[in-house]
Amino acid sequence: MNIHIPTPLRTYTDKQETVSVDGATVAEGLAALTAAFPAMQQHLFTAEGKLRSFVNVYLNDDDVRYLPAKEDSLVASTDELTIIPSIAGGCTLTGCCR
Amino acid sequence: MIATATETAALPKLTNEEIARYSRHLILPEVGMEGQQKLKAAKVLCVGTGGLGAPLAMYLAAAGVGTLGLVDFDVVDESNLQRQIIHSQSTVGKLKVDSAETMLNGLNRNIKVVKHNTMLTSANALDIFKDYDVIADGTDNFQTRYLVNDACVLTGKPNAYGSIFRFEGQASVFATEAGPCYRCLYPEPPPPGLVPSCAEGGVLGILPGLVGIIQATEVIKLILGIGEPLIGRLLLVDSLGMSFRTMKLRKNPDCPMCGTREIKELIDYDQFCGIPKPTELGPLEVSSHGKTADLPIVDGIPQMTVEQLKARIDAGTAPFILDVREAHEYQIVDIGAPLIPVGDLPNQLHRLTFPKTTEIVIHCKSGARSQRAALFLKQQGFTNVSNLAGGILAWADRIDKSLPKY
Repeated sequence: MNIHIPTPLRTYTDKQETVSVDGATVAEGLAALTAAFPAMQQHLFTAEGKLRSFVNVYLNDDDVRYLPAKEDSLVASTDELTIIPSIAGGCTLTGCCR
Repeated sequence: MIATATETAALPKLTNEEIARYSRHLILPEVGMEGQQKLKAAKVLCVGTGGLGAPLAMYLAAAGVGTLGLVDFDVVDESNLQRQIIHSQSTVGKLKVDSAETMLNGLNRNIKVVKHNTMLTSANALDIFKDYDVIADGTDNFQTRYLVNDACVLTGKPNAYGSIFRFEGQASVFATEAGPCYRCLYPEPPPPGLVPSCAEGGVLGILPGLVGIIQATEVIKLILGIGEPLIGRLLLVDSLGMSFRTMKLRKNPDCPMCGTREIKELIDYDQFCGIPKPTELGPLEVSSHGKTADLPIVDGIPQMTVEQLKARIDAGTAPFILDVREAHEYQIVDIGAPLIPVGDLPNQLHRLTFPKTTEIVIHCKSGARSQRAALFLKQQGFTNVSNLAGGILAWADRIDKSLPKY
């Protein structure tokens, strides 16, 4: 699957806009992303490994939070994940502008 | 939707001058005479007259929205003009609401501009909102985002929302009866440590123009009742890839604001966002003209004023000064301090070869990143770390006026 990375987080993906990863579920895809780019871990997940409440992840155009299986939703290789940070003008909730 | 005869009758008449002015609207069947009258009757509040609010208010004025309210408490700064096209070189230093009024009156003398020269707060928001039909949120900090959202839900006014960061933007319409609100998308702000308040992120000047005009389009559609407003959809704008995508937004039945409605009044949004009361560390473009008194200790980090630092340097007792901005900023201006960008600090600690009891004062552009750096160094065992409040901007403002400000 392809994961779309928003500008503020591209600092942590070697400036890549889209990262292609393998994984059968949303959670596996995100795990593969943070395995490839460890710096992403703290921006997406809490210390307990939970997806941060202010990070929105979309599977195609659906919010993963509202999918029945949530992060365990199955993902096909043609599916797209999008990470949507909260932005307020000059700021971003994912703590990545500096 | 076709209005009833009585509704049409209640709409204000257009003068011959207005008919000539709005001719390109009048010949559009979707707008027509009645639509233009609806625009004339409409009252829209623009929260903020900055990057988003500038094109938004100008297009709404041009389109003939009869009453435009403007909320802003800031003054026009030279650095605003890269994107805030409602202001101009001749109004630098003036109140933004006055500057914007001048532009809007010049553009369309048939509309009424109502100025609210104040910071939007929990104390005044409901009172200001009640006189308007649509609210357009063009603010730049999370506290005001949640405040605008909650006030919109409580007063039942739709919120044409837009926000920007560097090269990316978002737009949606929140707080309609059937649709989601901002809290459905972002239920809560993150813990304070993760929120860098930053005039430092930068933004492509054209981007707020693009997003502000999307907001204006949504406002017009809401007034006219045409098309499909961005209700339940989040538009993502990527100006580098020039791609536009829309994501589905759901109304969260458990949303304490628009779902269960357990929040019945406005709250303390600084507290909600875990942000100290406005100080020199305040949000974007707020702090540039602040006065300093005794500065507080923020999260255990003493805040040093530029005057205090200057006095120490003059007395020959200067502390170690560290600049934590980025290299491209250092190229613009510096005050002679060594540079370690805040993000590189963890890997560059070995460069701080002095004892951990050494007094260190950290500065950045305006004081936010240096506060984070100070917290980090304190965590690493440095015992005497202060933050230079207001950063190099305050230094250029009050100590060395020959320095450029960016």
